[in-house]
Amino acid sequence: MSGGGPLGRGALGRALARNRRRLVIAVPLLWLGLFFLVPFLYVAKISLSVPAIARPPYLPLWEWKDGTLDLSLNFGNFLFLIQDRLYLAAYLESLRIAAISTLITLLIGYPMAYAIARSPAGRRNLLLMLVILPFWTSFLLRVYAWIGFLKSNGVINNTLMALGLIDTPLVLMQTDFAVYLGIVYTYLPFMILPLYANLARLDGALLEASADLGARPLTTFATVTLPLSARGIVAGCMLVFIPAVGEFVIPALLGGPDTLMIGAVLWNEFFSNRDWPVASAVAVVMLLVLILPIMLLRRVQAAPEADASKAEDAA
Amino acid sequence: MRGVSRHRPLLALIVLLGFVFLYAPIVSLVVFSFNESRLVTVWGGFSTKWYVELFRDSQILEAAWISLRVAAASASIATVVGTLGAFVLVRFGPFRSRALLSMMITAPLVMPEVIIGLSLLLLFISMEGLIGWPSGRGMMTIIIAHATFGAAYAAVVVQSRLAETDLSLEEAAMDLGARPVRVFFDVTLPGIMPALISSWLLAFTLSLDDLVIASFVSGPGSSTLPMVVFSKVRLGVSPDVNALATIVIALVSLAIIVAALLMNRRRPMR
Repeated sequence: MSGGGPLGRGALGRALARNRRRLVIAVPLLWLGLFFLVPFLYVAKISLSVPAIARPPYLPLWEWKDGTLDLSLNFGNFLFLIQDRLYLAAYLESLRIAAISTLITLLIGYPMAYAIARSPAGRRNLLLMLVILPFWTSFLLRVYAWIGFLKSNGVINNTLMALGLIDTPLVLMQTDFAVYLGIVYTYLPFMILPLYANLARLDGALLEASADLGARPLTTFATVTLPLSARGIVAGCMLVFIPAVGEFVIPALLGGPDTLMIGAVLWNEFFSNRDWPVASAVAVVMLLVLILPIMLLRRVQAAPEADASKAEDAA
Repeated sequence: MRGVSRHRPLLALIVLLGFVFLYAPIVSLVVFSFNESRLVTVWGGFSTKWYVELFRDSQILEAAWISLRVAAASASIATVVGTLGAFVLVRFGPFRSRALLSMMITAPLVMPEVIIGLSLLLLFISMEGLIGWPSGRGMMTIIIAHATFGAAYAAVVVQSRLAETDLSLEEAAMDLGARPVRVFFDVTLPGIMPALISSWLLAFTLSLDDLVIASFVSGPGSSTLPMVVFSKVRLGVSPDVNALATIVIALVSLAIIVAALLMNRRRPMR
């Protein structure tokens, strides 16, 4: 088979005339550049401006006055984030909730991914499809479904009371527990898919060799399977953790007034307080917090590509 | 594998419990949409009255129509942009902005929606000030926003498909003297058609589902379905939302079954 380097394969791309090639590259590059990358510069810019009662509600960052550029950077929004304890608390709370939910998702997702990867080959595609299917139905409606389960006269409480296990309804809604549950539930497919991709590639011969050498199943799992799936674990965890930190819908619908997550804080600064500069500052800090996990994700995602092309070259 | 087969019942139980967890809320949504009682979780007999109520709710119908149009338009743009992005990354070899493009395709997948929504709104407002376009916020700005993150998803789907296609057909066509553009449209594109269909469907459903980004970039008179549903749901459960959910679930399942059948016919199981 004709292979290519890790940077792409096929002569088709190379055969295009240089101008056409540039044109083809330009379309996705310009679209994503303009509508994904450039907007961050605006967030950075607005985060340094002064809030004002105007449309849009902030003062311009620079102005030409009598031929001189009048530039006024206002770091007050960031100072405000440091001074008001609410913001620090919200960042820490978001990181904590995201981390705990990610851990629970891993504990549920890993056995599922493992079981699917070890199931008969003919059944794997069906099982995977069943994992992905909920992801295709509305996220908002699936979070809504949990309200019906968790509220005081909801499905869980009604069942437990009918069975005589409890006398008074448990308080499940508007708790941190409900938020964990919501995050675990909605992000579970994002954990299972990379783990499955990783575990399915695992060489069965290695497990057999380990067993032949007398290792007990648990030892084989801990010394062979687990280390070899480390990359899938990191990828799955980051795919859950990063969006969970900035999650808005789940805490808004399932959390209580004490659940303070930074995504909801940003939302309120923007929509309720109409303080766009502070909302932007909140976003800038959130991005800075998330840069490290995003880089980690990119590293583990880039690695299997390189592995695959290496294997392909060898074949 | 000896070590594994002993655990088979345990593994099957894990998968079963996992699926109960994933599907129980969805099943309950559907069941209680046919409930006579207004109390969503207490069974009061079979009824379809919430469906009737849903179809009388002009606010929801209007929002659904806006959402469907936005989703169709943004999914189409997303598929084109995403396919080009994937093609460039998989088939073009090294070029100067490769790392940048690859980053811009993976980052939107995990970027918190509040950040994407806020940043795009600020861009749109500045663009309006600079060049007068887009004038105001509405369907156009939602379409652009959804097309952007949809393109990232589409690129990932198409990328994995392109990476596993057999190159010999393309090479044969080129050896026979076909021009590259012709080869792309006659050989490459039909080969990755299933991936194009899945990425269009994926971008469509993601757009139909988005609350946060649309809330930031929408304008007066362009409330999408999730925005209307969210404001309803925030006040508590209401049975007509269950009815809506059931319709959405039915349509999505139908689309996925059709897509799966189409793909199996095009690509016989290996």
